[in-house]
Amino acid sequence: MASQSEFYHQTRIPSTYARWWAHFYENKLAFIALVIFISICLIAIFANFLAPYDPTLSFTESIHKPPSWYDSGDTRFFLGTDYIGRDIFSRLVFGARLSLSLAGAVVVLSASAGIFLGVVSSFANPWIDALIMRVMDFILALPSLLLAVVIVAVIGRGLPNAIYAVAIVLIPHFVLVTRTAIKHEIPKDYVTAMQLDGASKTRLFYHCILPNILPPIIIQLTLAFSTAILEIASLGFLGLGAQAPHPEWGTILSESHNDIMFASWTVTLPGLAIFFTLLSINLVGDGLRDAMDLEKNK
Amino acid sequence: MLYLALRQLLNLILSFFVLTIFTFSLAHLFPQGVSFIVDYIPVDIFSGDSLLHGSQLNNSQISNFQLNESSQTDNIFISYYHYMSQILTGHFGYSTVRGTSVFSEFFIYFPATLELSLGAIIFALGIGLPLGIFAAQHKNKWQDKLIISTSLAGSAIPIFWWAMLLVLFFSLLLGVTPVASRIGFEYDILPVTGFMLIDTLISKQNYAVDAFFNALHHLILPAIVLGTIPLTAITRTTRSAMIRVLSEDYIRSAKTRGIAAVQVIWKYALRNAMIPIITTLSLQVSVLIAGSLLTETIFSWPGAGKWLLEAVNRRDFPVIHGGILAIASFVILSHLFLDFLSMLVDPKWRHR
Repeated sequence: MASQSEFYHQTRIPSTYARWWAHFYENKLAFIALVIFISICLIAIFANFLAPYDPTLSFTESIHKPPSWYDSGDTRFFLGTDYIGRDIFSRLVFGARLSLSLAGAVVVLSASAGIFLGVVSSFANPWIDALIMRVMDFILALPSLLLAVVIVAVIGRGLPNAIYAVAIVLIPHFVLVTRTAIKHEIPKDYVTAMQLDGASKTRLFYHCILPNILPPIIIQLTLAFSTAILEIASLGFLGLGAQAPHPEWGTILSESHNDIMFASWTVTLPGLAIFFTLLSINLVGDGLRDAMDLEKNK
Repeated sequence: MLYLALRQLLNLILSFFVLTIFTFSLAHLFPQGVSFIVDYIPVDIFSGDSLLHGSQLNNSQISNFQLNESSQTDNIFISYYHYMSQILTGHFGYSTVRGTSVFSEFFIYFPATLELSLGAIIFALGIGLPLGIFAAQHKNKWQDKLIISTSLAGSAIPIFWWAMLLVLFFSLLLGVTPVASRIGFEYDILPVTGFMLIDTLISKQNYAVDAFFNALHHLILPAIVLGTIPLTAITRTTRSAMIRVLSEDYIRSAKTRGIAAVQVIWKYALRNAMIPIITTLSLQVSVLIAGSLLTETIFSWPGAGKWLLEAVNRRDFPVIHGGILAIASFVILSHLFLDFLSMLVDPKWRHR
């Protein structure tokens, strides 16, 4: 085999994705963050196998049990119990499922709307472009959480409405990223060449421009995912997102807010869950940016 | 300069126009319907009398009320015209819970938020600028890496959790800071400006100075909590801006002329690094307002964020409407102010 490849002087050119992966893999911190993030996702997917109890099941005989490594802890409850005796470990594991899937729904909604609007505003006539950009600038100028709170106030509280509210808040970022990337690609020669070949606008976008604007959109997806988790948790903390029995991380924190004096573990552990999830996503995003930028610089 | 000022003015008018379109449609979207000015006259639950009697419900308000009634049947443009004439004269409607004017309530609660945000900004700049400069001077050494990774981790902290951790550590474990509110209950301070730190100093009470330090003591922990996210942003911006500036030729020539390192950094380099830092600051205004919703809830700080959340919980729609209008106007105006500031700092703009 070796002699054959020498004979033809072939060198295997790795695909774009393989090169991105190679650069990403070199960045050890980002790689570790990716492993952590994937394991959090696995925990979320297999929550019903991992959690020992139902997240809403309360053990009335063991209220405010500290984590099991304390002297007064109970080995039945690995991370202790909360103010009505629910197992915190089970709640956090199911909370991972709830928080990640909510954030996923938010990102899918806002990314599809945002990318669509971004494409429309960069291909449509200048008036529509100006209109879309004005509205997006306005949404960007408003404090994100404030806007989400007001949207929830109008359409009512609860999980689906919280998803819509956060999705609306995140749309402008996708519009801006998509529009900037497309405006950056359009004057390039390869696009002109394809236009001269008589490609329609649809074909031009799907086969010519889209593959080249993927990197900024992928980075924006990771950013939006971490923002979505944080915003949903904030809404849950303010009592406007997921409602009380749901094991959403922000809601768990707001429920245990008053127990901070004597049961600090009910506050520190859910926060740590949010913190590590956000940190791992942010690090993965940074790693992706570095990997794809390296590609661009070469 | 005139051209720039005109452009800024046009931008301002456009943003305000989009904002009023938004709040106008918000008033239509509210479940209670179109009524957003004096839709409901609050009634004393015991006597059944109107709470808006005497001086509060004067003739102009009644005529506004009638105007509004008639505007419901008109088309949407006339309705918008009436809406704008109400807004521009400061008629934001009345709280359905308390019956007080939303416009005057805003000026009672907003100074508290402003005081908290200014405290947070001072904290963020006071620590972020030196840290960023220090990191830039030790580029790629362990000090730099430590600062950058800490600020990266800091930007991932949910601030409501961070607030609870700090309360747990400083207030409950060490007992060095108060847990909540703006000032100790033993001080009776008359609100004049709404800024507690100013009100304590100008009050005629004999414990004015004690009260000032007590208010400052109450401000520290919330300001640190609110300032953490801006702190990480400012540190990173300062670092990258300083690294860029420090590699310029004029810094090298300043060094070779024998100017002291401190002077080179603070006088020559920092001034040129200020423009991206001011841009970051203007992005942080929104972050501060959004963060104040959470911070004020945790620390029982009687500011605009808590006022608005309470209105959402009580479905007090005039307050929600007026609150978002006023706060968004503040954000737009502060962006404008910071834009002007960055033009003043940037010598490129001076001669145009």
